[in-house]
Amino acid sequence: MVHKSADQNLLGELRSVLGDRARDGDFELGLYSKDGSVLEGNPMIVCLPVNTEEVQQIVRICRKHDRPFLARGSGTGLAGGAVPVGDPVVIATAKMNKILEVDLQNRIAWVEPGVLNLDLSRELSPLGFHFAPDPSSQQVCSIGGNVANNSGGPHCLAYGVTSAHVVAIEVVLPDGRIAVLGDLTAETPGYDLRGIFVGSEGTMGVATKIAVRLTANPPEIRTLLLDFADVRDGAATVSAIIAAGLIPAALEMMDQRAIEIVEAFVNAGYPTEADAVLLVELDGLPGGVEHGVEVVRAVAARHHVGSVRVAADDAERDLLWKGRKNAFGAVARIKPDYYLHDTVVPRGKLVEVLEKVYRIADAHDLIAVNVFHAGDGNLHPILAYDSKEKGVLERVHAAGRAIITASIEAGGVLSGEHGIGLEKRDYMGMLFSAHDMATQDLVREAFDPDGLANPLKVLPSGSRCSDSFGQHVPDGAWV
Amino acid sequence: MTQPEAMQQEVDQFAKDVGASDPVTVIGGKTHWQVGGLPEPETREVRAPAGIWAHEPEEMTVRCGAGTTLGQLSEELARHGQMVPFDMDVNATVGGVLAVGRSGFRRLRYGHVRDLVLQIRHIDHRGKIVSSGGPTVKNVSGYDLCRLLVGSLGKFGCIAEVTLRCLPIPETTRWFTGSLDPFELHEKLYRPSSILWNGLQVWVCLEGVASDVAAQAAPFNFEEVTGPPPFPNVGRLSVEPKDLERHVASSKSACLAEIGVGIIHTNEVVHPPSIPDVNLSLMRDLEERLDPKGRLNPGRQVLN
Ligand SMILES: Cc1cc2nc3c(=O)[nH]c(=O)nc-3n(C[C@H](O)[C@H](O)[C@H](O)COP(=O)(O)OP(=O)(O)OC[C@H]3O[C@@H](n4cnc5c(N)ncnc54)[C@H](O)[C@@H]3O)c2cc1C
Repeated sequence: MVHKSADQNLLGELRSVLGDRARDGDFELGLYSKDGSVLEGNPMIVCLPVNTEEVQQIVRICRKHDRPFLARGSGTGLAGGAVPVGDPVVIATAKMNKILEVDLQNRIAWVEPGVLNLDLSRELSPLGFHFAPDPSSQQVCSIGGNVANNSGGPHCLAYGVTSAHVVAIEVVLPDGRIAVLGDLTAETPGYDLRGIFVGSEGTMGVATKIAVRLTANPPEIRTLLLDFADVRDGAATVSAIIAAGLIPAALEMMDQRAIEIVEAFVNAGYPTEADAVLLVELDGLPGGVEHGVEVVRAVAARHHVGSVRVAADDAERDLLWKGRKNAFGAVARIKPDYYLHDTVVPRGKLVEVLEKVYRIADAHDLIAVNVFHAGDGNLHPILAYDSKEKGVLERVHAAGRAIITASIEAGGVLSGEHGIGLEKRDYMGMLFSAHDMATQDLVREAFDPDGLANPLKVLPSGSRCSDSFGQHVPDGAWV
Repeated sequence: MTQPEAMQQEVDQFAKDVGASDPVTVIGGKTHWQVGGLPEPETREVRAPAGIWAHEPEEMTVRCGAGTTLGQLSEELARHGQMVPFDMDVNATVGGVLAVGRSGFRRLRYGHVRDLVLQIRHIDHRGKIVSSGGPTVKNVSGYDLCRLLVGSLGKFGCIAEVTLRCLPIPETTRWFTGSLDPFELHEKLYRPSSILWNGLQVWVCLEGVASDVAAQAAPFNFEEVTGPPPFPNVGRLSVEPKDLERHVASSKSACLAEIGVGIIHTNEVVHPPSIPDVNLSLMRDLEERLDPKGRLNPGRQVLN
């Protein structure tokens, strides 16, 4: 990828604020041209601010030069949200990684956006608390990225996604002003600006401090692994558990291929002969957990469960989860590359859509592996491939489109937690009318009238009612 | 006519009722009619469609007309052992409760009502239908306008239809009272549903399976009661949870504080807190964009 050479005036001004933390070397530009997706863009300059004031100055300088900018956390996003298009300045939050305050009386913590998700929960653990959203990428993804993508994770089934766990956000708005959206009180006066910022994928400004809610660690946890000889029974068990009035802390599913790959990787004793396994976690007070275990056992028995393994201790539970959380990486055992999809369907349609996913993968000569948040119907089909094969990416994209179409036809949505970014921008019309999107854009414009904050993301070109939003994603972005 | 067609027809009719030109206000159950001030006199009144349009117990979602009362909703859900924990007047409507955006007294456990909203269809200032959010229990497709509509007092649009996430009704719900330190209770109890405090006495709601509720209550010198005490209802104050003690101590009239949440129900008039300038300018800009002629609920104010 060829990077546009840096505007020297712009670089000079940024350096006067940041010194050598404003960079345009090939190494940095290469590093920040991609995120966790297969897309690639072209940053002009990469900035590594250490505090809110520096972010504010960067934004002001960008505005002065009419240069787009883009906030970036750890770059694990899977929808291309952090892929720089239109030669922007990248504002990386890696050096803003302090936990500023743990306020037990209000049960919140103020953190900088670059704090890693798991680091926060580790820090809180001795105090008896954690940050509930736990994306599978939690060892490396940032809280700022979680906020921008409204991220989820296995335990969001019972605890809700990021939005329910963020009470206030300090933001450098695209015009350079600083605002705190939301506050620590129960009912912030005025409209819910915090709520609309969460999930806005960096298009409404840069989050510079975040007040997250602390969730009490459960006194009791039980983790069960159920195996099924038929994936349909596994999926039916998922619906039946919820229909029985039980909301487990987590309810994850892996199909046969996933089990095999994961087992070879972590040796957790997953039953490799099974067609599907469910990983079910129950937490809370002992009576409720015990009751939950009984409900799960009874429901599973009605759906021909093979065996039910209950983790005997923390070590065994960690091992079972290690398998689940490393499943994506383990895919490398069958093919060097993978494309991870993310759609949600009604729980009752899981089997139907899963079967379509396999058929779609077959038709495009790809391998599909399924490891997903079954409890909330959140599918994560992984298409494994080898990028050295000629024309393979076209097949991957075609299969992806077919999977999204199948999910929406089943009454589902475009994304459960990875967001829209660049990847699904042009699919928004499958769910929303032109008028719906124009209304969304009115809201975005209130935050960013000049379209400088992470431009060309989320809404397809042409959704703007006011200006000529006609610029298409540069071809290069689709590499 | 199929169910979806009938639903669509009702929403279309509501869009026509809202229209595109003169000032309108939506009437719900009139249980919170005074919040934000009364609509200007002569403002045309419209009603949102009512009725449960789809309840899928195994999906734990319910889709209904915004004019559906909480009574109707909870009756339908209870038949399947489910609920949406609004905890408000049964005559209030779903759309009205969301437009006002206040949570019920079990917020400590169940969170803010906005987090129960999955999808909203509303009628905008041009009389057009706008859909936001999605029908599934999890969804991050696009800018979530539902967030702005909750608590907007109808200034951004008239809510026509809502899809909500349901929860299972707990096996046991018990209320207790005693003269105990509410902050100590908050520390010691695991996920209580509500802790209310009037400065002298606490009321605690514990929910879950019977054995857990009994075990959690056992160490405390509690007396069992049938429910929460009456809520003082002249004013409603929102503070940081850690400041509740100070506010309750300085209250000149009867009050009831939601511990861990930060709401104080009081018999004093509460003046709305001011909004920081930058936030206010963003909010006014949103009002200007989403209702340029100010025809939606004129007179009512979210911003003061
Ligand atoms: C193996 C793997 C597993 C994953 N599992 C999950 C999962 O279980 N659940 C889930 O939800 N996601 C998952 N993800 C996706 C991803 O990890 C999350 O979306 C994560 O929250 C992104 O955080 P990040 O710091 O990497 O953000 P980035 O990728 O750097 O950025 C993501 C978006 O956030 C914006 N942004 C970042 N920081 C800020 C800020 N300070 N202010 C404003 N905008 C900002 C960016 O502009 C971009 O649009 C997974 C990814 C991988 C690779």
